[in-house]
Amino acid sequence: MLHQLSWKVGGQQGEGIESTGEIFSTAMNRLGYHLYGYRHFSSRIKGGHTNNKINVRTSVVHTIPDDLDILVAFDQETIDVNYKELTSEGVILADAKFKPVKPEDCPATLYVVPFTEVAAELGTTLMKNMVAIGATAALLNLEDEVFQSVVDEIFGRKGETVVQKNMTAIAQGHELMNGMLGDNIGKFELEPADGKHRLFMIGNEAIALGALAAGTRIMAAYPITPASEIMEYLIKKLPKFGGTVIQTEDEIAAATMAIGANYGGIRSFTASAGPGLSLMMEAIGLSGMTEQPLVIVDTQRGGPSTGLPTKQEQSDLMAMLYGTHGEIPKVVIAPSTGEEAFYDTIQAFNIAEELQLPVILLSDLQLSLGKQTVEPFDYSKIEIRRGKLELGELPEAEDKAYFKRFEVTEDGVSTRVVPGQKHGIHHVTGVEHDETGKPSEAAGNRKAQMDKRFRKLDHVNFNMPVFKNTPHEEADVLLVGFNSTKGAIEEIQPMLNEEGIKTNHAHIRLIHPFPAVEMKELIDNAKKVIVVENNATGQLANVMKMNIGAHDKIISLVKYDGTPFLPKELLGRVKELLTDGNI
Amino acid sequence: MVTFKDFRNNVKPNWCPGCGDFSVQAAIQRAAANLEIQPHELAVISGIGCSGRISGYINSYGLHGIHGRALPIAQGLKMANRNLKVIASGGDGDGFAIGMGHTIHSIRRNVDITYIVMDNQIYGLTKGQTSPRSAAGFVTKSTPGGAIEPSLKPLEVALSAGATFVAQSFSTDLKELTAIIEAGMNHNGFAFINVFSPCVTYNKINTYDWFKENITKLSSIEGYDSTNRAQAMATVMEHEGLVTGIIYQDEETPSYQNLVNGYSEEPLNQQEMMIEEKDLQELMKEFM
Repeated sequence: MLHQLSWKVGGQQGEGIESTGEIFSTAMNRLGYHLYGYRHFSSRIKGGHTNNKINVRTSVVHTIPDDLDILVAFDQETIDVNYKELTSEGVILADAKFKPVKPEDCPATLYVVPFTEVAAELGTTLMKNMVAIGATAALLNLEDEVFQSVVDEIFGRKGETVVQKNMTAIAQGHELMNGMLGDNIGKFELEPADGKHRLFMIGNEAIALGALAAGTRIMAAYPITPASEIMEYLIKKLPKFGGTVIQTEDEIAAATMAIGANYGGIRSFTASAGPGLSLMMEAIGLSGMTEQPLVIVDTQRGGPSTGLPTKQEQSDLMAMLYGTHGEIPKVVIAPSTGEEAFYDTIQAFNIAEELQLPVILLSDLQLSLGKQTVEPFDYSKIEIRRGKLELGELPEAEDKAYFKRFEVTEDGVSTRVVPGQKHGIHHVTGVEHDETGKPSEAAGNRKAQMDKRFRKLDHVNFNMPVFKNTPHEEADVLLVGFNSTKGAIEEIQPMLNEEGIKTNHAHIRLIHPFPAVEMKELIDNAKKVIVVENNATGQLANVMKMNIGAHDKIISLVKYDGTPFLPKELLGRVKELLTDGNI
Repeated sequence: MVTFKDFRNNVKPNWCPGCGDFSVQAAIQRAAANLEIQPHELAVISGIGCSGRISGYINSYGLHGIHGRALPIAQGLKMANRNLKVIASGGDGDGFAIGMGHTIHSIRRNVDITYIVMDNQIYGLTKGQTSPRSAAGFVTKSTPGGAIEPSLKPLEVALSAGATFVAQSFSTDLKELTAIIEAGMNHNGFAFINVFSPCVTYNKINTYDWFKENITKLSSIEGYDSTNRAQAMATVMEHEGLVTGIIYQDEETPSYQNLVNGYSEEPLNQQEMMIEEKDLQELMKEFM
């Protein structure tokens, strides 16, 4: 029995490929397996090759593998594009309808199965995906019943007959495949899973749920790939909590509306991707200058300009650290898994209010859209910290003296009051201002206010700025990354260790202000440092060099073709770098 | 008892003597006092430009934001605290050039705020360039041969965008202006008020005298019905936009707040932020 299985379904976009993957993976999740799914899709509605690859495991997994065990193909293109991933033990389940041809150099076994024909006999060709799921069940030796609850949920409202027909489609696919497999029935049978109830969700859903748990009630946003799921989730859920999502006319309105709502004393945020973030830069400066809390989610995708809208990249980092004109304090947080995405989103809202500044929650397409197993969120770990927000009664001020909303303090944070509060009147302006918010260009005031604002960065209260898996006191190599590269690095760390290369792993979750002390120690304890990132210029490597130095040790390992790092691919490239006289 | 003096602060405006914006400032202060609002119950959100400074010259909460973005900030604030009276204000550059997209969509969205544009047909703070409101042929530093683009018609734009309240006034007519701002603040929805506010330094064409000669008061038009959108549009077009008074008001259409599904009756900023454990369990179930 296997400990891991890699399954992929492919066909034309709009053909139900997504739901095929959805049904299979939801059923596996309910059995207690750990999953990681990644979709390949294009920026179009119908047509174009699409596929959904799912890693199923009995232990934690945060990445798709290089290899493929089972490929379910609804067209020839799916075979042509994906067969190279198949192992010699691998299997192609192809719909007889398109007369599939196995490429000459394909080592896997091709089974031609009449998915469409069986479905048509049952009443509609739409059910061909259910037949394919049945065929998959034969290979995994699964009972058809494991799909019952999923089918009930999807087709329940269409009536019992539809549910029954879909279950019959699965059963017939299963039976048909059993007949074809002979000795190979259950060839890919997995070890039983632990049966624990876990969440199976995309990163964007974890972020959205985190925002809701953090108390956000108004989200202002403009649709964009790969961020839209955040607003789409919240527009369904916020009304129950008295709030809403406002779809604005553009991202400038989204960011400034969120600032206005935060100014009003609630937690509001926006989410976008690179092009939207470019439009928000001036608003980010306003938030920094006027000390209004603001959380912005940036789900990175391939840039620049429209770039690769549906592909993985991590190239917004520098823009997020330094974007906006002039100088403001800003916090940049980069979660790497569904769990981190949830808890870090809550941390982002807390820090934004505690320090009264903009916080960028950085994600990337793989994290935002990759569907993964997530441990249920722990309610007791949800904490709402609002810092020096004073919503109680305020002492009466002298006649028309403004409240010192920007009072120069030791930690740089001033008492915050909101419109509507008696005795709290003050002015807010993006112009340099004095302690009451009145415009002031005086040199002394300017310096005092700049210093005050930047002092806030010394007081970032973030739990675990660096994720560390550092078994070695003295390592041959330290692998460093941020966001979704964690999954691939996690996979190869034990492989490298097994080969005698002492490997430590650090994944940076708080990128700005940079955890220099912590990272320096890790770098000092490694002979070489390889920084793994999905961009062309090695942005994180440069940030590390800027904050720590160690130019001779830090090596950049980049990938910017739009696809995520795969474990074996990464392993090969790390070893190549280490044998190139680098170690 | 609140008086307009309660809305005065000790900041001296940096507007030129004779600037139309002084009257707009006074009219806002009077309207707020007439409505018996306390200074802390009012927030004035402004853009960038000479007129954008107005939020700093009124004793109320105020935010002076970025160029062209007063409207989204004001709407966000209103959504956070529906009990607050929110005024957005700025110049014609702010509202009709850089911020035109927000103006149109704010009108469509119909959030319950009041938007006052101080329209002087010129860019003052940057010292005399053309504005979308400058007439064709208008000579400025950026149009030395005269503007070749036609002037934008904000009233027609507002009416066609589905505005539920459209008014225009002239800054010398403090009484009418105050009454219009009051009506706008009382309107349940987005109130759009354009105010001719002459720039005495850079606009030598659209002067106080010029407006006096060219303006028609709607109150002087017999039988004018401000609930009739077609008549409003026809009248505005007939007078080339040079009318003052309440041009159009629709009191039937609900405001955005009234339409938002599930929107809290209690101001959101007074709500408990923490969700309950059973809510989280419920939300998580969907992913299992």
